[in-house]
Amino acid sequence: MKTSPASPGARVVAFGEYQPANVVTNHDLAARVDTSDEWIRSRVGIAERRIASPDESVTDMAVAAGGKALAASGLTPEDIDLVIVATCTQRDQIPNTSASVAARLGIPAPGAFDVNAACAGFCYALGVANDAVRSGSARHALVIGAEKLSDWLDWDDRSTCVIFADGAGAVVVSASEEPGIGPVVWGSSGDRADKIYLRDHKYIYQEGQTVFRWTTTELYPVALEALERAGVAPEELTAFVPHQANLRIVEAIARKLGAPQAIIARDIVTAGNTSSASIPLALARMIERGELPSGSTVLTLGFGAGLTYAAQVLRLP
Amino acid sequence: MAHTDKEILDGLAEIIDEIAGVPAGEVTPEKSFVDDLDIDSLSMVEIAVAAQDKFGVEIPDDQLKDLKTVQDVITYIQKQ
Repeated sequence: MKTSPASPGARVVAFGEYQPANVVTNHDLAARVDTSDEWIRSRVGIAERRIASPDESVTDMAVAAGGKALAASGLTPEDIDLVIVATCTQRDQIPNTSASVAARLGIPAPGAFDVNAACAGFCYALGVANDAVRSGSARHALVIGAEKLSDWLDWDDRSTCVIFADGAGAVVVSASEEPGIGPVVWGSSGDRADKIYLRDHKYIYQEGQTVFRWTTTELYPVALEALERAGVAPEELTAFVPHQANLRIVEAIARKLGAPQAIIARDIVTAGNTSSASIPLALARMIERGELPSGSTVLTLGFGAGLTYAAQVLRLP
Repeated sequence: MAHTDKEILDGLAEIIDEIAGVPAGEVTPEKSFVDDLDIDSLSMVEIAVAAQDKFGVEIPDDQLKDLKTVQDVITYIQKQ
């Protein structure tokens, strides 16, 4: 049997992001539930977040972010032969999101599937896209994380409604001579599936202390392994861009990496926790602000319900 | 390895100073974490993790809510 011609490497060539226009501040939330700006800032580190309008869907946001990444790549829609959308908040499970996103972007007949690894979804999807491009199954892949958490929030539950938000981020992955995406380190812990779940099948709920302990004690070895497998020393890192779950989790993990020079993504402050969208959204916004020059070496780390987690190293275009 | 109450208190004071910025001198047995030391539920997890490293005693999350004062933690560690 013949196999597809492999590519020596794959790399991210472009980024895109989308945030809904509606800004919700901590003061807005304090007017609805018993909370305060001080409480939210000190517990989760969020000052404001974006919430989609009722008629704005996961698909709409994925199209917006994906369209920007595609435009920034300089490729045409015809060049894209694989579309992967990481999401866990799409209202309808059928049809999938990625095929509709592809159609709306004018991408003709690509391979198209969704990934649900909750807040780790983007790192999983990027890992799969990297492998697909390197193996020759695809030449150019569009990878999107898009979430509308606001559809799954109990707006009277102050322990969750202050954390989660809406948004999307996207990248284009292309075949290249030099590898620009390191090996993905991924895993799961399904025995703790009950730590982050949909309460009454409707509302996101998490056991805060248990999740905090898990993320701050068990995940930095995953991040360090991704560095080791990519052959990158912690002191060579330009930036650490973990899932924007909670600023205290982000900073606790960052302290354990031995990379004091690395810029730490703190996108959560103005974007909230957008699940699988948070890493590409943070990256796109950091690049837009000029914080990550071309050639930057970035470590990602996604983690969330499942429990699931994944990390990899990227070299930026 | 057994510790005296004083050793555990001193160790906890050091941990609380580092994690929550509360001066070690203010950490006395009768103090309540929430009411007196202004320590929130996530910092309690960090303190439990650090105490485990220091004293080799695991304090699970479901026990944390019952450990209201510094003395409660000392007693819990001594009992294990």
